[in-house]
Amino acid sequence: MAQFFNKSANNIARISMVAAAVLAGVGGFAFTQFSRSSYLTGRYVEKQQPVQFSHKHHVGDDGIDCRYCHQTVETTATAGMPSTQTCMNCHSQLWADSPYLEPVRASFRDNKPIEWERVHDLPEYTYFNHSIHVAKGVGCSTCHGQIDNMPAVFQENTLQMEWCIACHRAPEKFIRPKKEIFNMAWQDGDLDEKERKQLKDDLKIRSKEMMTSCSTCHR
Amino acid sequence: MKDDKELQKKLHPAMLEGDHSFASVTDKISDVTLKKRTPFHWFIGFGLAFMVAQLLLFSVMWLLANGIGVWGNNQPVGWAFDIINFVWWIGIGHAGTLISAILLLLNQKWRTSINRFAEAMTLFAVACAAMFPLLHTGRPWLAAYWLFPYPNTMGIWPNFRSPLIWDVFAVSTYATVSALFWYVGLIPDLATLRDRAKNKYFKFVYAALSWGWRGSARHCHRYEITYLILAGLSTPLVLSVHSIVSFDFSVSQVPGWHATIFPPYFVAGAVFAGFAMVLILCIPLRKWYRMQDFITHQHLIYMAKVMLATGLIVVYGYAMEAFFGWYSASQYEVFMVKNRIWEGPYWWSYWMLIFCNGISIQFLWFKRFRESEFWLFVISVIVSVGMWLERFVIIVTSLHRDFLPSSWAMYSPRVWDWTMFIGTIGFFFTLIYLFVRFVPIISIFEVRTLLPEANVHGHQQDFEENVNEVEYTYDRTDPPND
Repeated sequence: MAQFFNKSANNIARISMVAAAVLAGVGGFAFTQFSRSSYLTGRYVEKQQPVQFSHKHHVGDDGIDCRYCHQTVETTATAGMPSTQTCMNCHSQLWADSPYLEPVRASFRDNKPIEWERVHDLPEYTYFNHSIHVAKGVGCSTCHGQIDNMPAVFQENTLQMEWCIACHRAPEKFIRPKKEIFNMAWQDGDLDEKERKQLKDDLKIRSKEMMTSCSTCHR
Repeated sequence: MKDDKELQKKLHPAMLEGDHSFASVTDKISDVTLKKRTPFHWFIGFGLAFMVAQLLLFSVMWLLANGIGVWGNNQPVGWAFDIINFVWWIGIGHAGTLISAILLLLNQKWRTSINRFAEAMTLFAVACAAMFPLLHTGRPWLAAYWLFPYPNTMGIWPNFRSPLIWDVFAVSTYATVSALFWYVGLIPDLATLRDRAKNKYFKFVYAALSWGWRGSARHCHRYEITYLILAGLSTPLVLSVHSIVSFDFSVSQVPGWHATIFPPYFVAGAVFAGFAMVLILCIPLRKWYRMQDFITHQHLIYMAKVMLATGLIVVYGYAMEAFFGWYSASQYEVFMVKNRIWEGPYWWSYWMLIFCNGISIQFLWFKRFRESEFWLFVISVIVSVGMWLERFVIIVTSLHRDFLPSSWAMYSPRVWDWTMFIGTIGFFFTLIYLFVRFVPIISIFEVRTLLPEANVHGHQQDFEENVNEVEYTYDRTDPPND
């Protein structure tokens, strides 16, 4: 019986076997990369806000402390967004006629809060509390990046679970002394490994088992 | 002399009946696939099965739209139809693997005429089975990261100490090896179909699938090695897959699940259920497609015997479960046994199970029932129901009475439990009908090896009977002066 396909079919078969293996590998790799891409996580994407508010100017140039606006960061789950009155503490005097600040003045006049766009949006199934992180030596910039360099704030990290749990597994790699919490220029290398281990004990950070238990974050 | 022949026939029953040659075997089997007119009964059967399969489609849609709350599962019966059906289907597949792998390695020639569709049955049963654990997650599109270890964005792995993850590997390995085994076994027959097909498109498809098989000595040699390797790979799977499925239960501490008898008892039950399904499929098939020459009475009798043997192991399992409950001296275990057998609200399911799996098979001791197609079919159906009930009993009666009486509850399936289960049966038969239509249902080239002309060297008996002939051949092929 004559062959149905001509001889080139042999090569096509061989090539397609190799191609299937290569494609599966490349496809798998592409998937792992895509699932971490900023397209899905929103990392590095600057959000447009109703007011052209610059953290770079207020934090970097003016040196305003984080807590001046985010007042509840040390005491509650949410860091807290400033009321319009907080803005008006200064802006009733400074740049009081600037057209850029009209939404702020409008909010103040009408007694209607400014609707800021949330930049860091954790899913509802995660329990997150700012106060415990601040209390245990996690600095603002550890998660939020150098806000003092961001004219418009963007998400510095993926906020994916692998990122959270990397620190929960080994907090001693990321913590800093409590007085440095709001220091935007702090680097992880500012303490050596031994000092950070000591710090972990001093801050009474719980065991890895407790820190990585499902119900620590999913309650 | 006549008595001798009858004795021979009794000792070595024919696995091939009728007056066949290589050509007639090939014609008879390949014609089912290639002959122009598809029989009318195929359309009726396929149509019915396909309609029932739509029930599955609709149930799955409804499930995904509304979540698993549409099922009757509750607390404490958190596992119900989803797992019952999973275990039932995966068990059915085991006969295919046993026939194809273990019987091959044991050199049981009678497997050759039933292995093809038994393996197809395995594949389709595994497909039905795999649906349930995926769908019982409620969000199967997320099941990938719940089930498979891959570098996911959560930075965690599935719990490797959980039998549920062993299950994922067991079932996916099983599906892969079964598919490979089936396909490799098909290649020579696909080549036959390629050579005989008239339709251009069919010819193309069969040619592409048969990988240029010409049946040369080298092809056959490689083929046999591959086939043996795959048989070697599948053999442990016959035992491991259902052992691991049984770990889903026995590794936990629920009374009624936590028993060391579970792995062997599940494996025997799987083979038992599988042979029942093979009989359910092959009794009508051989009739409708007039394959009685290839699937002989002797095949049915052998399968009935396997069913009887494995069924008795299963019954032993039931006895041991009850014994373990008593011997444990644990009040929870004792309560479970009493509750399951006579005190609890599901006592009827236990006695139905004993009737289906314990009593019905006792008829197979008698030749009259073993040799009657009708009774074999009826007993196989009863056994299939019984094996489903077995999982119902194990799962529901163990769970519905939790340790604390405050957690006790009754379970009853809802409409969507039933539609999904019945839907998978429709899906299974849809696939079986497609298989019957497009693939040779019996291995052509292997059945040809059952013909006397394929065994040119003869068996030991032949040798003794035909000493002169053999000597003659010897003289001719080995001239002394060379």
